[in-house]
Amino acid sequence: MAEEAEHGLEQAMGRILQIGVTASALVVSIGGILYLAQTRGARPSYQHFQSATAQLTTVHGIVAQALSLNPAGIVEFGILLLIATPICRVLFGVVGFAMLRDRLYTAISAIVLVILLFSFITSR
Amino acid sequence: MTGLGGGVVIVPALCLLFNVDVHYALGASLVSVIATSSGAAAAFVREGYSNIRIGMFLEVATTLGALLGAYLTAKVAGNWIGIIFGVVLLYSAWSSLHKMHDAPPAGPPDPLALRLNLKGSYPVGEGRQSYVAAHVPQAFAIMFGAGTLSGLLGIGSGAVKVLAMDGAMKLPFKVSTTTSNFMIGVTAAASAGIYLARGYILPSLTWPVVLGVLAGSLLGARALTRTRVKTIRLAFVVVIVALGIEMIYNGVTGRL
Repeated sequence: MAEEAEHGLEQAMGRILQIGVTASALVVSIGGILYLAQTRGARPSYQHFQSATAQLTTVHGIVAQALSLNPAGIVEFGILLLIATPICRVLFGVVGFAMLRDRLYTAISAIVLVILLFSFITSR
Repeated sequence: MTGLGGGVVIVPALCLLFNVDVHYALGASLVSVIATSSGAAAAFVREGYSNIRIGMFLEVATTLGALLGAYLTAKVAGNWIGIIFGVVLLYSAWSSLHKMHDAPPAGPPDPLALRLNLKGSYPVGEGRQSYVAAHVPQAFAIMFGAGTLSGLLGIGSGAVKVLAMDGAMKLPFKVSTTTSNFMIGVTAAASAGIYLARGYILPSLTWPVVLGVLAGSLLGARALTRTRVKTIRLAFVVVIVALGIEMIYNGVTGRL
């Protein structure tokens, strides 16, 4: 019984990872093709560091840029989906372990989730 | 499959061949690392090799380390990142040639491991082989270091993670490598937030790298079933050692 439920959690985690990577690859491909179609001229120089455009450094800004169909915004939105994939996996862990009535691991997963969200909140 | 991720190749390739600034290279690499590790982890976790409890427990250490590492990237000069990167490359090459043990550890299991439920079983032939983790505090400390390197260098630092699980916890080889892979995505996601806010993740540079790496990993997984792993591993080690020496050289001469 417990073994079976545990197996179910493994399957669910595997599924979420697969869906996240596939969805993000699709979005990034679409953005990439649009980017190639719209960008003309000399190759940009990456030799010296200069932060990415301000609109593309926050979750809010990226979503806004993607919705306005800006190719760089779409690519960055795909990258955001990719970053969200492992975070969703940890969220699944919190819920999954809670359903298995494993208090210790519900708490451990929750700690990992808090650390992950912390990195997004404080860095802004 | 060779036990070494793609990140260790992407950063030197972008820096040395394409003259990209180290910070952009770190951003593109970190995103690719999330893509490949999540793709591979999806398969491993469903086959029942990765231990999700051990992974989740150690992720507390790796994500905290990753926050520290990502914070440090802004403080540490590019040439120092190059030098540290080179040293990690040389270590990764050495560790992938190092023979892994597969025998269960002698002596009583770590009581802390039992209290934290850090045990499991994995498929072997017909049945399942069970195991219990050893030396939990040491493994936790090494994982914090692995997380810091991951955040600092934009890599998965799989070699260091395997060191914690294979070397300290004495877990079976297959469990160590697949659980390491399972943890890489979460570790990288912890620094990705900071990288994103600092503008290290450049869409125009990152999209070809990510798609290329994903396509390559699909092809590689197929080719691996037909090629001798030992040959590939040796070829890979030669490349890594060369890149490691070149990164250190460029770091020391201040060309990064």
